[in-house]
Amino acid sequence: MKRPEPVQAVKQRRDAALQSLLEGVPYIQFMGFRFDRRGDELTGVMPYQDMLIGNPMLPALHGGATAAFLETTAIVELSWAMMWNRMEAGEDVTGLRLPKTIDFTVDYLRTGLPRDAYARATVNRSGRRYASVHVEAWQDNRTRLFAQATGHFLMPSIDD
Amino acid sequence: MSNERQTKIATQFIGAIPYSRTLGMTLTEIGDGRATITMPYDDRLVGDPETGVIAGGAVSALMDTCAGAAVMVHESQPIGTATLDLRIDYMRPAKPGDMISAIAECYHVTRSVAFVRVTATDADESRPVATATGAFTIQTAKAAE
Repeated sequence: MKRPEPVQAVKQRRDAALQSLLEGVPYIQFMGFRFDRRGDELTGVMPYQDMLIGNPMLPALHGGATAAFLETTAIVELSWAMMWNRMEAGEDVTGLRLPKTIDFTVDYLRTGLPRDAYARATVNRSGRRYASVHVEAWQDNRTRLFAQATGHFLMPSIDD
Repeated sequence: MSNERQTKIATQFIGAIPYSRTLGMTLTEIGDGRATITMPYDDRLVGDPETGVIAGGAVSALMDTCAGAAVMVHESQPIGTATLDLRIDYMRPAKPGDMISAIAECYHVTRSVAFVRVTATDADESRPVATATGAFTIQTAKAAE
């Protein structure tokens, strides 16, 4: 039987691939989005910043910031799922093209509170050209979502 | 609605919203359930490093803000609004370097909900970059909790 890879080598490869994906996108850096990884599972984190407020009276997060967080989480999850097999096979996955959003529908369930938000995306269908992704976002309680979204994405063609 | 109220809303609207201010939005026209807001091109908002195209998320924020502004100046004079849902269709990438303009219109308003349409364009105004439709809450003084 083939000896399993040392755990550090596996982690280093996956974290480096994820990092290269995130570092390449200025908007992710601007918004301060992070992604926690457990195996192949990603959780997006939008750390609270004062600039994210949309209603200073309440105060509440801006719907646009929430939408941006959900859409970014969907794109990162989709890209990550797309690159996983190639990454695990030891291929270079840096500089891959990102999927493009076709449409995105956000359902605002509760007021976004001025604190960190988390999101997880599920790829419900991913074909050669199109993908459908659902995203859920929460703050304090995983079961009390404050927003969810579904979007369709155009996959980058392999030959590009 | 009085012009005075509209002008007051127009000048205060963006300044009072930290996220919209951060993205450099400017409210250029407002009144009777309609609003126009522009957002300049900014390298920090790029979503596709290969093409330099602005992230969909930033365009969403512009459209959400513009829709909310249109609701606020509807003749029913809400004291507040919040997005219930927003669907955005991305027709084509915005040209890198171009300012993006969004025009929103409340096309139907009930006592508790406003239905809004938004169109976003870059310098080529004949072909939309994105369109959106949304439902927004109407908070009136009477209904305020």
